[in-house]
Amino acid sequence: MGSVGHVTRRPLRLWENTKAAYPPAPVPVRPRLSARVSYLLQKVLRPNPVNRRLGALVERWPTARKLFTEAERTSKERLFGCRMCGQCALPVTGYSCPMGCPKELRNGPCGGVGPDGACEVYPEKRCVWVVAYERAASQGAAADLRRLQRPVDHRRWGESSWLNYWQGRDEGLWTGDDLVSPPL
Amino acid sequence: MSLRERLAAGEFTVTAELSPPRGASAAPVTARAELLCGWVDAVNITDNQGSHVRLSSWAGALAVRDAGLEPIMQMTCRDRNRIALQSDLLGAASLGLRNVLCMSGDHPKFGDHPGAKPVFDLDSTQLLWTLRTMRDEGTLMSGRELDPPPDIFLGAVENPFAPPEGFRAERAGKKIAAGAQFIQTQYVFDVPLFRRWVAGLGELGLLDRCSVLAGVGVIRSVRALDFMASGRVPGVQIPQDVQRRLRGAGEANVGAEGAKLAAEVIAAVRQIPGVAGVHLLTAGYEKHIPELLGMAGVGRPAGRPATVGKGRGGD
Repeated sequence: MGSVGHVTRRPLRLWENTKAAYPPAPVPVRPRLSARVSYLLQKVLRPNPVNRRLGALVERWPTARKLFTEAERTSKERLFGCRMCGQCALPVTGYSCPMGCPKELRNGPCGGVGPDGACEVYPEKRCVWVVAYERAASQGAAADLRRLQRPVDHRRWGESSWLNYWQGRDEGLWTGDDLVSPPL
Repeated sequence: MSLRERLAAGEFTVTAELSPPRGASAAPVTARAELLCGWVDAVNITDNQGSHVRLSSWAGALAVRDAGLEPIMQMTCRDRNRIALQSDLLGAASLGLRNVLCMSGDHPKFGDHPGAKPVFDLDSTQLLWTLRTMRDEGTLMSGRELDPPPDIFLGAVENPFAPPEGFRAERAGKKIAAGAQFIQTQYVFDVPLFRRWVAGLGELGLLDRCSVLAGVGVIRSVRALDFMASGRVPGVQIPQDVQRRLRGAGEANVGAEGAKLAAEVIAAVRQIPGVAGVHLLTAGYEKHIPELLGMAGVGRPAGRPATVGKGRGGD
């Protein structure tokens, strides 16, 4: 466990997240960044020649990669309650993290959402998918929620999702929004 | 006629639900299934409903088949990872169980083992997608080939009444895209909202790809009404006017009024274009189902035999 005295950090492991209870049970987190700003940020973070180059550079040095991953973890944890699944769905879920759903549902809300939008497992919290729908709809992106999300690869927990995204390793995470039956 | 054939033929279809017992004998399932013979087209067998440990759904499904009825095996993502789900599906298919209803499942917090590890390795949409791939592509998720692939008929559930209302038809659409061939819904007490949801499916062009069975339940007492309306039953919502009507009937008559209401719901949803049938969520009420269907004007249709040939129910 990461004790306070250590200056250097070891590679991130799920159980080293000192803020989370052990084991780190998923709990709905309300995004702290407004939908408008989140979608503006999407434009910056979308793969482009600049961040692709940056990503390639960062991946050349293990230390740089660790620092970069830590920066991603810290910022996304504060803003979105990120748990570092390594396969970020935020760009197509209204920047409301589905991994905060107690059932970790990646394809929309379960049937137990309360009439007021409460999570069935944590009634004092709002369902992450209700929040996702409201935020995406407010930015004209509700159709993104129609995309089919492929199953999570549990080997990738703790990886930097930004690096994966920029290097094109995340392209199969979700399908189009046309509701046509896609190959798995 | 099997469930698949019946839905394909556009016949009004009735399904019901049975929960397996807490014990090492499936005899209670057989006994209750016998009461339903000839009145329903298929019976769901729940998979540790409400996260309470019960006899497994595949074993319950076999008992239903032995009683001469066609089973629908429910499969949740709560307790099994993708390896176990695929393996159990192959096992069930090898036993001749063809109808599989995929759902995420209730959270363990609500059951008799609240300390259990919630698995949820796949969600319900991903499970449907996986099973469709196993059947249509003849491969596992991993891409490895299956010899032979399972011959299965896939179902999903949806709650048209839970927020976000604007997304519920699309949510069902995702399940249909993933592989759902029929959808059973949560209790319908709010018919206008249900009608809007079905219309939403129609607008998305999904009604040709999937059969919708409306969930119908009977409230039999004030206590049951209080419990169902308390918000402690995940996903169940009873509109105020329905509650007023039932309470207004007086304590002694709630059961009769509840049955009347259920019959009205059945008759109403039957008129909605695109609704293929009803799913009776009436556990413990099996004896009264013929009466309920009669009140709703469904009755025992010709061509629906009193008993199906033994051991043929899963076909």
